[in-house]
Amino acid sequence: MILGLPIAFATPWLLAALVALPVLWWLLRAVPPAPIRQIFPAVTLLLGLEDRDAESERTPWWLLLLRMLAVAALILGFAGPVLNPEVRQARSGPLLIFVDANWASAADWPQRISAIEDQLDQAGQAGRPVAIALSHAVATADAAPPQWQSAGDWRARLPGLLPVAWNADYGSAPDWVAGIGQVDTIWLSDGLARDGRTALLTAFEAAGRVDVLEPTAPRLGLLPVKVEDGALVLTALRSPAITEQSIQLQGVGPDPSGVERVLASTMVTFGAGAVREEARLDLPSELRNRITRFQVEDQRASGAITLADDSLRRRRVALLTGVQSREGLELLSPLHYLREALVPSAEVVEADVIKTLIEAGPEVVILPDIPNLAEPDQKALASWVAQGGLLLRFAGPRLAAADTGRGVEDILLPVRLRSGGRVVGGAMSWGAPRALAPFPETSPFYGLRVPPDVTVRAQILAEPSPDLADKTLATLADGTPLVTRKALGSGQVVLFHVSANAEWSSLALSGLFVQMLERLAVSTPPGQLQPEALEGTQWVAARLLDPFGQLGPAGAQAGIPGPDLLAGARREVPPGLYAEGDRLFAVNTLTDNANLSAAAWPDRILPRWQEARASRDLAPLLLAAALGLGVLDVLASLWLTGRLTGRLRARPGGQAAAVLVALCLATPSEGVAQSDDADALAGAVEAAAVVTLAHVLTGDRATDDVAKAGLMGLSDELFSRTSVEPAPPIGVDIETDALAVFPFLYWPITDTTALPGPEAYGRLKQYLAAGGFILFDTRDAGFGGESPAARRLRAIALPLGLPPLEPVPSDHVLTRAFYLLEDFPGRARGPAWVEAAPPNAERAEGMPFRNLNDGVSPVVIGGNDWAGAWAIRPDGAPMFPVGRGQAGERQREMAMRFGINLVMHVLTGNYKSDQVHVPALLERLGE
Amino acid sequence: MTAQPILRSRAEALAERLPPLLAQARHLAASVELGEHGRRRPGQGDAFWQFRPAQPGDPAHRIDWRRSARSDHHYVQEKEWQAAQSVLFWVDASPSMAFASSPDVPEKGALARLIAMALATLLVRGGERVGLATNAAPAGRGELALSRMASALIAPAQTTGFADPPARSRAVFLSDFLGDLDPVTKAVAKSADRGVTGVLFQILDPVEEAFPFRGRMVFEDMGGRLEHDTREARDLRSRYLDRLAARKADLADLARRTGWQFHTHHSGDADSAALLWLYHAIEGHR
Repeated sequence: MILGLPIAFATPWLLAALVALPVLWWLLRAVPPAPIRQIFPAVTLLLGLEDRDAESERTPWWLLLLRMLAVAALILGFAGPVLNPEVRQARSGPLLIFVDANWASAADWPQRISAIEDQLDQAGQAGRPVAIALSHAVATADAAPPQWQSAGDWRARLPGLLPVAWNADYGSAPDWVAGIGQVDTIWLSDGLARDGRTALLTAFEAAGRVDVLEPTAPRLGLLPVKVEDGALVLTALRSPAITEQSIQLQGVGPDPSGVERVLASTMVTFGAGAVREEARLDLPSELRNRITRFQVEDQRASGAITLADDSLRRRRVALLTGVQSREGLELLSPLHYLREALVPSAEVVEADVIKTLIEAGPEVVILPDIPNLAEPDQKALASWVAQGGLLLRFAGPRLAAADTGRGVEDILLPVRLRSGGRVVGGAMSWGAPRALAPFPETSPFYGLRVPPDVTVRAQILAEPSPDLADKTLATLADGTPLVTRKALGSGQVVLFHVSANAEWSSLALSGLFVQMLERLAVSTPPGQLQPEALEGTQWVAARLLDPFGQLGPAGAQAGIPGPDLLAGARREVPPGLYAEGDRLFAVNTLTDNANLSAAAWPDRILPRWQEARASRDLAPLLLAAALGLGVLDVLASLWLTGRLTGRLRARPGGQAAAVLVALCLATPSEGVAQSDDADALAGAVEAAAVVTLAHVLTGDRATDDVAKAGLMGLSDELFSRTSVEPAPPIGVDIETDALAVFPFLYWPITDTTALPGPEAYGRLKQYLAAGGFILFDTRDAGFGGESPAARRLRAIALPLGLPPLEPVPSDHVLTRAFYLLEDFPGRARGPAWVEAAPPNAERAEGMPFRNLNDGVSPVVIGGNDWAGAWAIRPDGAPMFPVGRGQAGERQREMAMRFGINLVMHVLTGNYKSDQVHVPALLERLGE
Repeated sequence: MTAQPILRSRAEALAERLPPLLAQARHLAASVELGEHGRRRPGQGDAFWQFRPAQPGDPAHRIDWRRSARSDHHYVQEKEWQAAQSVLFWVDASPSMAFASSPDVPEKGALARLIAMALATLLVRGGERVGLATNAAPAGRGELALSRMASALIAPAQTTGFADPPARSRAVFLSDFLGDLDPVTKAVAKSADRGVTGVLFQILDPVEEAFPFRGRMVFEDMGGRLEHDTREARDLRSRYLDRLAARKADLADLARRTGWQFHTHHSGDADSAALLWLYHAIEGHR
């Protein structure tokens, strides 16, 4: 303690340096500040003026004070000041730290560990031997005696101390304490009432002094979820507390992409003093089936988690209704009994088409007495089963009459069937109806009680085979199979050899039927499971909860008999998910009747919880202050010398800028790599800005050059004759380039043109669908359809899904889009093909043209080598001769006109089909 | 490397700066509204002045027949005398003129050029001849003289010497007059001998007038050749201001003795006020 302040210093002798401060003051005052350099043209007037005062301007007092403070802070900081230094009272003798280590301690386990650390520190300073005991470890009669070690040894072992995930009781702990002898105890309580706490306290007090540490925050718990009226009921518990408290309850599960996330959440508010609150959560079954656990937000304890199991899931069961031939006889329909058994516990989908059923995404498909399926349906169903589905079939008169699975085993039947079936106990038979044999141990039905009144009068018989016994799940009293099953892929096929209605047996009328469906994981039992429903089952832990509420793999565990699971979580049955076949059962830390009441301590015990660490190291604070003052000093000095404000333009305040930059944490900006995409994009943007004709690059240099020259010639003519002013043509690669910006693609086809890849086909289809246009040119003068180029064209165009084509009809809009044309020559004179007119096109009243289809033909196909006719050399002269003499030049002109018409047609669509020009056209046609 | 590209690039750089200076000058000149400023007496000119009865000796072609037809006498139309006068400018181009104490204040040199050009514009508008006293741009009339003067002012290497102004012309000296006064005194005396009257126009930066410095300072001139070190600048202030006042008194005395006029303008003040004062000072000499 210094000057009555609760401050102590780690190295007090350093404070002697404070004496040096006045010396520093004098030194700093003696040294004048650096001069300011100032440009001043009138310096001529100053020359010769002497300073009258010999003493220079001094460093301002406040700057001196700033520096003094900085130095003082440095000295004080290095002296290691501590606020509120701890003063401890020492005790001697062994110290036992007893820890309530169960789920309720897990939520604040780190704080408990740090509390233990503090106790260890104190015990270490006092040199006391220490033992730490976890409550669950000493609850058994064979618990090891306490290990007396030094505090340092125990400190190293602290990370290994873990609570358990269940509510461990004290068991024989008082006896264990009685065997220790004289010892002081520190009891880290979890604050919950528990049997045996008083007895244990008595035992501890008999051994010595007892201190109880108990956190004041209330414990939070979540009871297993119940289903009421289709809604989920979440019950949150807390230990008694007088404050109001709101907690968030969350349902967590995988989203469709498999990532675990909060799928549902609801807020629960405990009123003052309330210990139990309920929340209802109404979720769609899709969502509900996804939820794997409910939890209290930010509460890391297994008691604040409740796992979801089959009881929350509603399986989707698909019923194939088949042909309903017996209307009105509801009670005879097998579907009726299935519906009755399934609707309470499963989501039933009904359809009469297999495809529809499978698309509904069911987990189980039930075929009641449907013998034959069409081949595709059978395949679809088999592949669905192989992916993990369960196919449940029932026999019946129709299956008995059919020959399915007679000679060979049907893929969708577990066994081969004998024809005809058998009838026992009927009017025309001698025997009595058969009862069911008890279920064998290997059967999933093992443990279900067989009611004596369930009898079978008729059934379908299985053909004996070596593996029949393995496939049989249930038999009649005489040993004939009643239920058979086989695996198919990762799924299974189950056949009930009786019908699903009451015609052949009374099975469908009994509760056993429902239980059997539950055991087959077809349906899930509503409400709380009764022990007898689990009788005879063996469950294996699939995933276990750790005390902090994390689900982890279970490792190798012995199977646990079904009824044991119902007694709640304990040492033998740790909380987690248990599996039997396809069924899941959740054992939660808290059971339905749990409550969290506070531990009752006698008056002489006052539970406390340590305050936050009182002592506080002041050194960092002081050193930071010294640094801050230093920075202030730099800035102030710069300001005094005029370098901060940039008052001198000739010498800008570079130093100030440097200091400021050094103070700021500059975040490096990441340069964005220039990619090829940017170039491609720029090209596309350019092409989109102006009409640009394009040709498809074929890979053949000569062809590409001609195509480019042709389009160049066409572009020039368009420029000079029409208002279309295209940019220079571009060659495009259909595999990579953006096509959508080009209104017109010229595609010369040679016999070596490569087929586009699948992706390119997708792009081409998209291009055509979005209004693109392609001019295919085989350049073979249209010699029939059998030239190599034409065959190539067919191969290329086939996957494009082009509409039907026809030679350009004489009234097609191409013949009058700009020029009036009769044919469409290039270097050759062959036909050109366009999308066929609809067959019902009729000549409009008073018009010479049929009322043809709207829109633009997506393709024009021909072999006239149009590009060759359009092509010009760089000097503007034609590249290739066309025809002969004057007639050839005429043909070239016509080819050019065709090109212009084509581009006009592409750009303006069927505009020329309008009536606007009809009178003039009529006049010309009439001549 | 030939001289041609260098010359051309310099010319282009010059041409870039020229229009702004001319435009600024015109803008400034336009802000000064002036009335009629003819000679108020008959003489050579274009503007009508008066009719007077024809006297013997008047050439017949000078008789205004339209006026004469309305009476029995013959009349002659007289024009107003519009004799042009030469006004020569000397704009100090020494390094100290390139000083500006803060970004808000124009450089003294730039301000001097601007005021000179604006005044020249006004004068040209009034029919006077303008030019530079350094022989770089001889006195002339009209737009051509203006642009010649502007390019000479902007030219990086100006000659600072004085040429002898033509007799009975007007001279305008724009400078901070902080350097050696001898050449100025000589030039003014010589000019006065030749019957030239004019204006000494001192342009000072506000800092030079106020001397707002304190503490330890090192003052240096624009070229960095002269330095003055002081430990307490505040202490120098009064003595500096005394010296400045003495300098101004010298200049005013010089002006008074030679019949010139002297004025001090601060670069922070309104340009148009300076222009107006200058214009009236020049006009007043007529």
